[in-house]
Order: sequence, then C-alpha cells, then structure tokens
Amino acid sequence: MTNRILIPAAIASLLSAMAANAREVTFTTELKSYGGDGAYVALYLTNEAGQYQKTLWIAGEKSKYYKHLSGWARGSGLRSSEYDALTGASVAAGKTMTVTLDLDDSFIDSGYQVRVDTAVEDMRDNRNDVVVSLTTEGVGQTTAGRGYVQSFSYSF
Amino acid sequence: MIRKLHSILGLSALLLVVVLAITGVILSINPTIERSQASVMGTSAITVAELTGKLASRYPQIEQLQRTPSGTLIVFYTDNNQAGADRIDPFTANTIGPYTITPFKTWLKNLHRSYLLDTPGRIAVALGALVMLLLSISGTLMLVNRAGGWRYLFRPIQGSTLSQRLHSQVGRLALIGLLLSAITGLYMSLETFEFIPDHQTAEPAFPDQVDGGEPAAIGSMAALKTIPVSELRELVYPYPQDAYDVYSITTQQGMGFIDQSTGQLLAFEPYNSRQKIYEFIYMLHTGEGLWWLALILGLSALTVPLMTWTGIQVWWRRRRAIPRISNNSKAPSADSVILVGSENNSTWGFAENLHNALNSAGYRVHTAAMNKLADTYPQAKRLFILTATYGDGDAPASAKQFLKRLAEVADTPSIPFAVLGFGDRQFPKFCGYAQQVADALKDKGWPALLATEMIDRQSSQTFARWGEAIGQEIGTPLTLDHTPPQPKTVTLQLAERINYGERVQAPTSVLRFKMADQSQPTGWFQTLFKTSKLPHFEAGDLVGILPPGSVIPRYYSLASASVDGVLEICVRQVQGGLCSNFLHNLNIGETIEAFIQDNPQFRPASGKQPIILIGAGTGLGPLIGFIRNNKSRHPMYLYWGGRNPDSDFLYEQELKTYLSDQRLSGLNTAFSRIPKDSGYVQDKLLTDAEHIRALIQNNAQILVCGGRKMAGGVVTAMNDILAPIELDVTALKTAGRYREDVY
Repeated sequence: MTNRILIPAAIASLLSAMAANAREVTFTTELKSYGGDGAYVALYLTNEAGQYQKTLWIAGEKSKYYKHLSGWARGSGLRSSEYDALTGASVAAGKTMTVTLDLDDSFIDSGYQVRVDTAVEDMRDNRNDVVVSLTTEGVGQTTAGRGYVQSFSYSF
Repeated sequence: MIRKLHSILGLSALLLVVVLAITGVILSINPTIERSQASVMGTSAITVAELTGKLASRYPQIEQLQRTPSGTLIVFYTDNNQAGADRIDPFTANTIGPYTITPFKTWLKNLHRSYLLDTPGRIAVALGALVMLLLSISGTLMLVNRAGGWRYLFRPIQGSTLSQRLHSQVGRLALIGLLLSAITGLYMSLETFEFIPDHQTAEPAFPDQVDGGEPAAIGSMAALKTIPVSELRELVYPYPQDAYDVYSITTQQGMGFIDQSTGQLLAFEPYNSRQKIYEFIYMLHTGEGLWWLALILGLSALTVPLMTWTGIQVWWRRRRAIPRISNNSKAPSADSVILVGSENNSTWGFAENLHNALNSAGYRVHTAAMNKLADTYPQAKRLFILTATYGDGDAPASAKQFLKRLAEVADTPSIPFAVLGFGDRQFPKFCGYAQQVADALKDKGWPALLATEMIDRQSSQTFARWGEAIGQEIGTPLTLDHTPPQPKTVTLQLAERINYGERVQAPTSVLRFKMADQSQPTGWFQTLFKTSKLPHFEAGDLVGILPPGSVIPRYYSLASASVDGVLEICVRQVQGGLCSNFLHNLNIGETIEAFIQDNPQFRPASGKQPIILIGAGTGLGPLIGFIRNNKSRHPMYLYWGGRNPDSDFLYEQELKTYLSDQRLSGLNTAFSRIPKDSGYVQDKLLTDAEHIRALIQNNAQILVCGGRKMAGGVVTAMNDILAPIELDVTALKTAGRYREDVY
C-alpha cells in the first residue's frame, strides 16, 4: 500500500511561480517491518557539509515528538515556520511513503543531499537513516537505510 | 439515583472498561520482570563517564545509551551499517543480550491506550477511564450508604447473595488501585487532548558556540563524571562525521548538551514543575520504576472482569424482581392501599403476593412505591406499608421521599395502617426504617390496624403468619405464600440419626445426610466429573429444606461443613410443625430436597482472639460445627442450656472429646429441669460474668444461636455483664463482634 501525499495545487503553483526553474520531484520511502508503532520521518535537504537547508516533509502528527528526528531538529531549530504545511501522518511499519513536491532546480546537481531521520516510540531514533546526493544520475537509484528505512529513491 | 448511575455506566461501558483492565493487568507485569533482570543496586556509585569509557571499546559505533525507569541499560549502535541494540551490565559494561521490543507488547500497549484505533480510540479510552472513575466513586458512595457511614466502611459486609457480597468485598479491596489507575489515566488523556497544558520542558537552545576541536575520550569528560548511572535517562552521541555536533544528555533532573571536544556542559535545562507532575503521574499509572505499585494496580485491575460479572448478576437479579402488578386499581378508587419501600426490589414480590390475595378476596387494591404516596385516598379503609431498611436505619430507594411526602399531605383523613418491615437481624438497626414509618403514622394520629411486624431475611413463614393476622383483622381469610426465588435443590439421603430429649418432652434429633444414591450421572459432564459430592457449605450456613407438598422452605443451621463429608443438622420436633415432623419421621435411606444458603456473617472471626459460643437446645448445631473445625485450637468457650443432662444433653460425648483435645477451652452448661444447678444459659453467663468480661476485653467475639426468647435473655444478661466495662451489645454488634443466628 502506498501513502501518497501531494502538496496542494495552489501552494505548488505558488512555489513554481517564485522559483524561476522548478521541477516536480517524487521521494519514495519504504519502511521495514520493524514491529513497532508508526514511524515519524523527516525528509530534508542539507549542503555537502551536512548543514541544514530546507525541510521537504515531516511525517508525524504531534510536534512534541519532533525532537526525536534529531538531525533535522538541530538544523531546523524546530521552528514551525520551517515545516508549516509540510506535515502529514506517521508511516506504519512496512508501508511506503511517497512525497511529491516542486523543488528549485538550484538544489539539483549542486552538491545538496537528501537526508531522512526516523524515530519510533519506545525504539531508537535514527539520525541520517538515509543520506543521498540529489543528482540527475541518482534518479531511480535505490538506497537502503540504516534504521527503519528499507529503501529510498527519488525521481524527477 | 447513585445506584442507577452505577448500573447504567457499568453496563454501557462494560467492554471499554474490561479491555482496559485486562490489557492493564498484562502490562502491569512488565515493570517487575524488567526490574528482576536489571541491576539497580549500587549504580549510583558508578558515573556515566566510567560506564561510557568502558563501552567505547566494546561499541565503537555507539549512538545512544538509554536507561529505562526499571534500570535496564540499553546501547544503540551501528554495526556494518546495520542498527543494533544490546542490554548491558552497568558494572562491567558487558553485553547481557540483544534488546528487542516484541510486537506483542507494542500491540498490547496500543490496545490499552487507543483500542488500536488511534485518535478516536484514545477518546474512547479517556471515556473508559472516566467511567472507571465514576464507577469507583459511585460504588464507594453505595458502600458507605450501605455500611451506614464512612466509619463503618471497613466493617464486615452483609449481602444476600454471593455475587452481591463478592461485588462489594472485592470492590472495596480494589478501590484504591482502580481509583489511582482511573485518575492518572484520565490525567494523561486530558494532556493528550491538550485540556491540560503540555508537560514537556522546552529543550535548551542548541549552543551557538561549539569548540569543534578534536573529540575527547568520552571517559574523560568532566560533565559525565558528575552524573551517576542511576540518574541517567539517555545519552545521545554526536554524529560521527560532525565535529560541531554535541552530546545530548537527559537525566532525572533535566536535559542539556555536552561539548564533544572540551567535555563541558554547554547548556542544561532542568525540568519544569509541569513535567515533574506529569512524570509522577505517569509513574503512578504505569508503575515503571515502581514495580510493587504496578503489581498492586495490576491486581486491582484483575478484579474488573469479576466485578463486571458479579455486577451484571446483581443488576439482572434486581431487574428480574421489578414488579409487574396486575389489576392495580387507581389510588382514588382503591379500598386497600399497599405502599412499598424497596432497595433491590425483593420486597415487591411480597407486596405483589399480598396484592393478589386481597384482589382475589374481592378488594380493590392500589399498590405503589412509598415515594408515590398520593395526597389523598378517598375510598381507602386500610393501608399496608411493606418496607425494607437501608444501611443504618435509612429509607430504601423507593421510600426516600416518603416521610417528607407524609408531612406534606397534612389534611388526609386517617386510614388504619399496618407496617411490615423487612430486614436482617444482624444489622444493628433491624427494620429501623419500618419502625420510623410506623412512629410517623402514629404521630399523625392514624390508628394501627395491627402492630408492626418484622420479617427477618425474607422469611416466608413470618409473612404467611402476618397474612393470617391481617385476615383476622379484616374478616377475610388471607393466604400469603410468597417465596423469594429459590436456588436449585439437591436430593439428600438420611444416613444417620441420633435421638435425644424424648423424656423431657423435647424430642430432638441430630440428622446426618449425604448425597442421594439415585442421583445417577445423566450426561457426559456428570459422568466425567462425578457430581455426587455435597455442595459447598460451612458450619453456620443454612440449609433450606422443602417438606413434601410445600413451596416454603424451612431453614436449619448447619452443624457440619461440606469437608466433613456429611450435612448435619439438629432438629427439635415442634408440635404441628410440618417440616420438623417430616424430618423426625424420616427413615434412614429416605430423601429430602434441600439447598444451601450462605450465612457468612455467622462464623468465628479468623485470628487469635477468643470466641464465646452461646446457645440453647438445637442452637448447639452450628456451634458444635465451629468447635469441630477448630483445628488451630483457638480459645473457644461454650455456654449452652438444655433441660436435663440425662436426656437432651446434645453431643455430650463429642463435647467431652473436644474438651480433652483442646478444640474447646471451656464448657458451661445449664439445665432448666434439674433441681440443683437449675437455670438458663443466661444465668450461667451472669455467674461467669468476671470471666466473660475478661474475654471481651481480650477482643473476644460472641456467637449466639438459638430461639428468639433465649437470644433476648442473653442480650439482657450480656448488657449487665458489659456495663462495668462501658460496653453494650449494640456496640459489639456494630463492631461485628456480636453475631446472632436466631429463629
């Protein structure tokens, strides 16, 4: 089963209007059957040095648990302005989350990295469950995660 | 009102509450299991620096160190790009084994807090907790009402059925645990739904200035050297390739960051009071870190399925007893009015019987609850009031408004009245409310049709006798034959008989029964589990015997317990008595139909205090049963009265045996028909007053069994004996130390 999340059209068009050149990118995150509650997942961009740039998506309803997505939490400072309108439901074990959004071309092939942090109640937190560079070459390539992520890929 | 609320809540949220309780019971075992596997003692003497120093070589890719409230230490690490978690020993830092969370535990926890339904489920759970809270409160109020006040809440509980007694007794035990679980659970729910502000202390701001130099060895870090392992909650290591990352530490006091290069504490935020409150409540609810509390809460929750089952039974029995009066005349046209005061509806059965008897004799009868007292009954020639008493002489549910209503209807012409009280002689204020009602009517100047009569434990015989008396008063013979619903009977066979007392005109027999031979197994169940065993009973319980051709059972006190292998009673032949004559003429091998009625209030108290047994005639029956089963040789003193030692000295040989093997400490007999030493048992008590006072001051309990006249004489004598030590029988009764079984 797929958990498909789409940014509302209005926001999407607003984003593309602001960015001179933007394209639609789809991130697919499949979780392992780790046998726990639904996972909180943070999808975000960093530069090559690992410094936080921008939030792509936060899966998980309760902001009070966001601090467990520790890499992202450090970078974003947990400021709600960083993730407003970019949140959704947590992802159950074994399920796949697909996020599609418009992303400025300047983030692609410029050394930026997509990072995934994951956390599950009563289980460990995984900072940098997945770290992959956002490149044209990388499209369609599947990466295994260190924690709860079974596989991660993106396409545009 | 409270009772109605209690039933409605209990029945409507039955499933919610039972699921919460059962899952809670299973979860409550965890803290104990975890505690038994964790080393906690002495961990306050080791610092986090020492422990992590040892761990560094063992787990080069350690990411996180956690200590659960039970004291289990867990390391989270990455090995070969795969995440792992181990339990470790706090002293040696050795691996104990892998740390796993079973999916079952997660499932169970989710079932407990959201019925697996997420947010809607959490709302339902909150409702379940609220219902649990209201059930506990309303249940407590009912117990208090029934006991007659808060002071008496922990006195022995009376109740007419096993399910009722279990419900009260078990509920009373589990009360504190259930209240605690419900309140703390509700608090957590309220916080989840943000009715209470969020408890979490804001994390300290991430430090602006980080040294960024070469990481220091963790074992050398100053900040970690000050924190004992027992205080640790969580230590998150910096991300390996990130020189500007820090250690995040969470302790019992708060959270902060540690510079990985200097080892200094960069920021620390102590918990705010809201978080401390929440954590305390969380601990009280889960018992995490307080294994013994978890077990108490678990045991309390374990009673919930039993409480549910007995609660349904009590409710169903009461519901079944709800009256359906046919041919009920309207108040203005009735010539006879019956008003009923009932708590659990059993009095209505008697009222209905009276209603029907009067009806078929041609009267126009109006029957209603006492609360429904009309302003006027223009045609009424007679008023019957049948009422139970609730608690300490209070009005039962359907009569709560009666005395107030009666005061309001000032100008009603007077109607001749008869009050019939229902109650249990064991309560200090036996039929106290019936008496109040009779007094109120008398004060109003209404004439009494008949003196107030009182019915002990729903006695059908007393009711029938009262019917005869009423019949004589109104000039129409009345036959009242109401029997409260009886349990199923078993067939018993007379196995042995010992006769006494022929010579003194008091033929008395000790009869011993066993299960009848002909009750052959009929189905596979009976074949598998031969049910030819006697039903369970203790000495002092009652056996109801149905003489052939009668629907009204006669009760006899049991002189044996079922473990003795026989059912033994002691019966005196009464002139014209249907049942006693039937039993006296019974031949060995012939059978009777009988059932057991529990009588748990009439038993020797457990404990070391002395027991004074007082009885006359066949009243010796249950008393001999107590002595026979006094295997732990508690001090028991028997005072018993008969007529002539040569003829009706019941159990003479047995008593002598018990004296010699110390099951009986003292035997005092009185015989009324012999010239020297003549007198009644109460005279014997007065002679022995000094000794009895000493025993009472030694916390003795008194059990009296026998005829009503003797019991009255004993009360008078005991009050005389007790006066010098400023006590009386009423005080002892309220304390549960003076119990009677009187007929």
